[in-house]
Amino acid sequence: MDEPRGARRVARYAVLVVVAVVVLTPVYVSLVGALKPGARVLDYPRSLVPDSLTLETVRRAWSSGDLDRTMLNSALVAGAITVGQLVTSVLAAYAFAFLRFPWKPFWFGLFVSTLMVPTEVTVLANHGTVSSLGWLDSYQALVVPFLATALGTFLLRQVFLALPGDLRDAAAMDGLGHGRFLLQVAVPLARPMLGALALFSFLSAWNQYLWPLLVTNDDEHRTVQLGLRSLASSNLDELNLVMAGTIIAALPIFVVLLAFQRQLVRGLTAGAVKG
Amino acid sequence: MLSGPGAPRAGARARRDWPLAALLLLPSLLLFAVWVFYPLARTVWLGLYETDFFGERRLWVGWEQYADVLRSGELRHSLWVSAAFTLLTVPTGLAAGLALAVLAHRPLRGITVFRTIFSSTIATSVAVASLMWLVLLDPSIGVLSQLLPFDVLETPGLLGRPGWALVAVSLTTVWQNLGFTFVLMTAGLQSVPDELYEAARVDGAGAWLRFWHVTVPMLSPVLLFGAVVLTISGFQSFGQIDLLTDGGPGDATSVLVWSIYDNAFGASAQEGVAAVQAVVLFVVVLVLSAVQFTVLDKRVHYG
Repeated sequence: MDEPRGARRVARYAVLVVVAVVVLTPVYVSLVGALKPGARVLDYPRSLVPDSLTLETVRRAWSSGDLDRTMLNSALVAGAITVGQLVTSVLAAYAFAFLRFPWKPFWFGLFVSTLMVPTEVTVLANHGTVSSLGWLDSYQALVVPFLATALGTFLLRQVFLALPGDLRDAAAMDGLGHGRFLLQVAVPLARPMLGALALFSFLSAWNQYLWPLLVTNDDEHRTVQLGLRSLASSNLDELNLVMAGTIIAALPIFVVLLAFQRQLVRGLTAGAVKG
Repeated sequence: MLSGPGAPRAGARARRDWPLAALLLLPSLLLFAVWVFYPLARTVWLGLYETDFFGERRLWVGWEQYADVLRSGELRHSLWVSAAFTLLTVPTGLAAGLALAVLAHRPLRGITVFRTIFSSTIATSVAVASLMWLVLLDPSIGVLSQLLPFDVLETPGLLGRPGWALVAVSLTTVWQNLGFTFVLMTAGLQSVPDELYEAARVDGAGAWLRFWHVTVPMLSPVLLFGAVVLTISGFQSFGQIDLLTDGGPGDATSVLVWSIYDNAFGASAQEGVAAVQAVVLFVVVLVLSAVQFTVLDKRVHYG
């Protein structure tokens, strides 16, 4: 396909720009609100082009929403969940792909069946479990329930099964046991999928809303999504703080996504398109 | 583990492999047992009980409670709101994602900038997206009401009108999902062979015909996949309701998960009712997942 020329080219750019403006409007409005002095927020939208910029609103949102603490909490929780999910799913996927054991289809079916149980169904009972363990307001409560993933196991098993069939036999011939084969051959070969999974796990954990809302109530363990929630509920008369908060909270994730675009596409479309 | 001339038969290998397999599966199985299977069973069980006036003791009601909740207007209403929410978000979301993908598909200088912009809403969590739209929709700041000439945007604003609140929440959701649908559709478009378009062009098909007779049929597995994923996530939606409407005005945006949350953790503390509603949500997702697996099977034939 060739690039279009002349008038058609201009028309395509025009359409793309208009659509891009529409898509970015919510972000732009919050960005302007975040950078304007507090009292000026009611000028909207007569001044959607800011006439004076200041970081004062950002600073106030930062401290009022406790954003450094909550973002650190989210990063810790999401990081721990990501590492845990990668470990448990690599181990399980290896067993399903390379080992022979009784009732394999049953066990695999059991794993896959967990995909049909959304967290929203089990939060009520899990809240009871967490509270009887004495885990309310703790990092364990935010991390432990999400350390296993059937999706990760499923996708890694696919990758392992796609490896040449006699790879394992050849490795065994060379005297490579399961442990070293897993670490030195299987995991390195699965690296692209591991990257995609890591990104997907991290984002899902970072974005969690309902579960952290139910099991944490104190400032110490609050994640960034709940930090935004309390920022909004305590500053409804000062929406400029809310705007600054959303921009600050979205920025690190946006940077992460820019850096890992390829993994992201692979992760999001896994299962939908052959890749 | 050597496999030489005296390689053991499959049965013997199975017997030798199973302790290692058990060890590797154990972490996941334990976690699933404690955090998926047990709570699922417990939720069904909790549905048989009712909490007393002080929200403390559980009293046995039995399966009657299931019958009561299933017949209740509250459940029917929240199921209807959830269904309406998915109807408002899924077809529009897929269409918007497909439109953006088609727009950004063909080569053009600087197209990657537009692709990045179109996929950028992936970076927004439900809280970020909802609060950005809370600002846009707020009638006193009036960003949208001054940009667009619609009376419904004036005080009390879209979110304050029973007939419009769900539309407003859907709008924020479609925007938040845009990055995902765009990326999904772009990946789908890239898997359509160019020769098909060439052949259609040779046959004299214009852009519009090519879209409907080449693009849409070739993307149908991806569209179906996206439809199921978005429908399931639509039925799981909670954050945008909690942040934007609290289920209101009245109960206009009381989707299923909001209703579960409100019954279990709200003032009424009706844990048993919430449990039954959770079981209903499970059945809904189960049916949708069954659809998804059939779709995924189909994908293999399409290649």
